[in-house]
Amino acid sequence: MPTNIPVVENILNANDRLALENRTRIDAAGVFSINILASPGAGKTSLIEQTLPLLKGRLRVATIDGDIATSIDADRAAAAGAGAAIQINTGGDCHLDAVMLRGALEQLDLTQFDLLIVENVGNLVCPANFKLGTHKTVLVASVPEGDDKPYKYPGTYRGVDALVINKIDLLPYVNFRMDYFQQGVQVLNPGVTTFPLSCRTGEGLDIWVEWLVQNAKK
Amino acid sequence: MHELPVTQSILKIALDHAEKANAQRITALNIVMGELSSMVDDSIQFYWEIVAKDTIAEKATLNFRRVPAELQCMTCFHKYHPTDKELVCPQCGGVGAKIIAGEEFALESIDVE
Repeated sequence: MPTNIPVVENILNANDRLALENRTRIDAAGVFSINILASPGAGKTSLIEQTLPLLKGRLRVATIDGDIATSIDADRAAAAGAGAAIQINTGGDCHLDAVMLRGALEQLDLTQFDLLIVENVGNLVCPANFKLGTHKTVLVASVPEGDDKPYKYPGTYRGVDALVINKIDLLPYVNFRMDYFQQGVQVLNPGVTTFPLSCRTGEGLDIWVEWLVQNAKK
Repeated sequence: MHELPVTQSILKIALDHAEKANAQRITALNIVMGELSSMVDDSIQFYWEIVAKDTIAEKATLNFRRVPAELQCMTCFHKYHPTDKELVCPQCGGVGAKIIAGEEFALESIDVE
């Protein structure tokens, strides 16, 4: 006759514990860190590329880029002026997790930086479940993806600390109802800081950059 | 894809608890899984047969208790189930809801011999 043993343990506990260790390490170096999530093509790497030159002389930036394969993103970040650009190839995994970030942090002298930008794997589902230990999670949405994304990916939209709406220069050309989109966002994440911008025209980037600088100087 | 490390994590938690209880065999794992947890039970089942092989949990059954998503409107306090087309409160149209159920993803208990 089997006996029932109560467990009640969160299955992602092991990852959460490691995320906490990463946070301690990042805090000890006095670095502000963000984890950027988005679907593929929303403009994560473009945002980093456009942001780095604007931070020149203000913040020393390191980037960690997660991808299933290739070092294209880290190469782009390095070319745009990142002080260090580490590539993590997940080898098929759909997200970064705290163990992978720990490995990447070991390759960095964090004391040489003010801001750490972690670019997650392009995916709106899985990365939301795996904490990394960064201070803020930033979601990059983009206008051509459609205005229904907060409704389809509530887990991701509700858990972020800031929301970038990229490609606003395309608003006249696509059927994107900003009010419907914002309503979906506000239900799950009321008052979330939002940055409508365009990486192509540069519109709105100054406010986003200021947010990074203010947070890094806290 | 993330179900492989997740399944390994489930096995580890179960084995740790079984060992503490001096159990010979794990016959079942009772997992609670919220609608918003973005975990796929078929996928966990698939990986389970691989990761649990040659352990005391090898023949264990995985029981999934699914919890539907439930939001509570912070304007009128109405509780509702969100759909993929509509998230605002169906009663007052309010935004700013609290998730009160649906994010669970935990191992609740194990059955051992």
